[in-house]
Amino acid sequence: MLALSSVSAAYGSFQALFSVSLEIKRGEAVGVIGPNGAGKTTLMRVISGLIAAHEGTMTLEGRAITGLPAHQVVEQGIAHVPENRRLFPALSVEENLRIGAFIPSARARFSERLDWVYQLFPRLKERRAQLAGTMSGGEQQMCAIARALMSKPKVLLMDEPSAGLAPLVVAQVFELVRKIRAEGLTVLIVEQNVQQVLEVVDRAYLLEVGAIRLAGSAAELKQNSVIREAYMGL
Amino acid sequence: MSGSRLVAAIVLLAVLSAIPAILPPYFLHLVIQILIWSFIYTAWALMGRFGFVSFGHGAFLGVGAYVPALLWNFYGLTPWLGIPLSIIAAVLLAAVVGYPCFRRRVVGHYFALVTLALSQVVLLSLVAARDVTGGSLGFTQKAVGHSWYALQFPEKGYFYAIAVLLWLAGLAIWRWIDRGIGREALEAISEDEDAAASIGIDVMRAKMRVTIISAGLTALGGAIYGQYVMYLNPETVAGIAVSLQIVFAAIAGGVYSLLGPSVGALLTLSLTEGLRVWFGTNFIGAANTIYGILLVLCIIFMPQGIVGALQRVTLPRRAPAKANATETPQSVTRRPSSAAQ
Repeated sequence: MLALSSVSAAYGSFQALFSVSLEIKRGEAVGVIGPNGAGKTTLMRVISGLIAAHEGTMTLEGRAITGLPAHQVVEQGIAHVPENRRLFPALSVEENLRIGAFIPSARARFSERLDWVYQLFPRLKERRAQLAGTMSGGEQQMCAIARALMSKPKVLLMDEPSAGLAPLVVAQVFELVRKIRAEGLTVLIVEQNVQQVLEVVDRAYLLEVGAIRLAGSAAELKQNSVIREAYMGL
Repeated sequence: MSGSRLVAAIVLLAVLSAIPAILPPYFLHLVIQILIWSFIYTAWALMGRFGFVSFGHGAFLGVGAYVPALLWNFYGLTPWLGIPLSIIAAVLLAAVVGYPCFRRRVVGHYFALVTLALSQVVLLSLVAARDVTGGSLGFTQKAVGHSWYALQFPEKGYFYAIAVLLWLAGLAIWRWIDRGIGREALEAISEDEDAAASIGIDVMRAKMRVTIISAGLTALGGAIYGQYVMYLNPETVAGIAVSLQIVFAAIAGGVYSLLGPSVGALLTLSLTEGLRVWFGTNFIGAANTIYGILLVLCIIFMPQGIVGALQRVTLPRRAPAKANATETPQSVTRRPSSAAQ
């Protein structure tokens, strides 16, 4: 479905990704785990076109998406839930969702998409008129996911959905991820919360200092001694 | 259009067409000035209301005023061609400055500084090219009396009609941008460029578009102003002073509402004129001081502008946001742009 082959990226002279290759199959949920500064967010931003890769190729369903600007990547079917949610705080929940359906194909079926998203997250329907910035962190994350889903993506990129949330809320957010998976979406999720993310993904990659160190099924990685010691504190 | 709006429109039209017949020339002159500047302030606010604060509109105004005047004096080219050329020149200037700014993510204060420099560059160029432009002494178009070809009318009625049409056109363009999805995209961009890009908004294109429209309209305003007053001075149509005048008046009136910039023009121009007449030659500087103080008070106490403040009082607020008082207490204020029209 989504494949990256030897992708490198840099901020000026600082290289953040070194020849990263990964693949996600249709309907799969894949995690990318790793410490702060490993390049996880950079990876997400490269896939969604917010940063240009200076080497390597990326394909979605076999078509090249390398070098496309962000707004065209969305049209190709990749939606990005950015780190820290990045809602439009002064717009209402429904206005955020309306803007999420900005691309022409989604705008044409706005009400259909809206119904679907509200059915998936009934909480948002209750709060449709509330300003997005006044909701709780968990609800904002829900709204950010819903906004991304409005464009009817094939692949959903989620950047640290649990960041800055209380433990109880984190559990709820991963519940949302399960729900989205059940809808048949392909999900790539970047997380520091290794223990919990390995509960919801099929496979995961370990990213350290800009390069993939380990890859395997969630079950394998949960047993891996490196990961247990460095990331789960076991 | 509902009945009451139709009546309002008819009354407005009647008042507008009666004005030149009733008003003495001095006041008619003032009304024409207010209308032309309303148009210019509206053009600025087209982008200013999205947080793209340009201190460079003096540059576009200067280009708009000088290009047709120079072409007329030196080549005898009719303003009917000179004005479109001046608009093209301003649009090119905006594109040349805007493109790298938007590409390199020059936003906020940095964008303001770049544009500030731009208006000063145009001012200094006009002054430096004194053999052609007359420098700081200013520039006067060759007068030919009443002429459609030269777009010169000694009778104020003609320019009054032109100014009214110009002003209405500016409001129509504002509405046109509002109605399309353009406004939503720009609002999203002004809140968070990355988030906007990540949901499929072409940030670059949206910003370029509104900047070019704003610059082109400002040049048109400058050109009509030049044709009307028949005297151009670099200090009054280009440079930082006039750029600031545009920014202050538009913000004082209210950039988030359709009529805000026009109210800004009405108040600031009547105030300067009123104070000037009242003080005459006594207490030199007092008029400017009072004007400055009032402007400061306005901006401190009515950050949404005068029209914004009025709407806040008179319009019912939207469904009040119930703050979910648990995790993330954030203060969020809604800009009244979409609520209040």
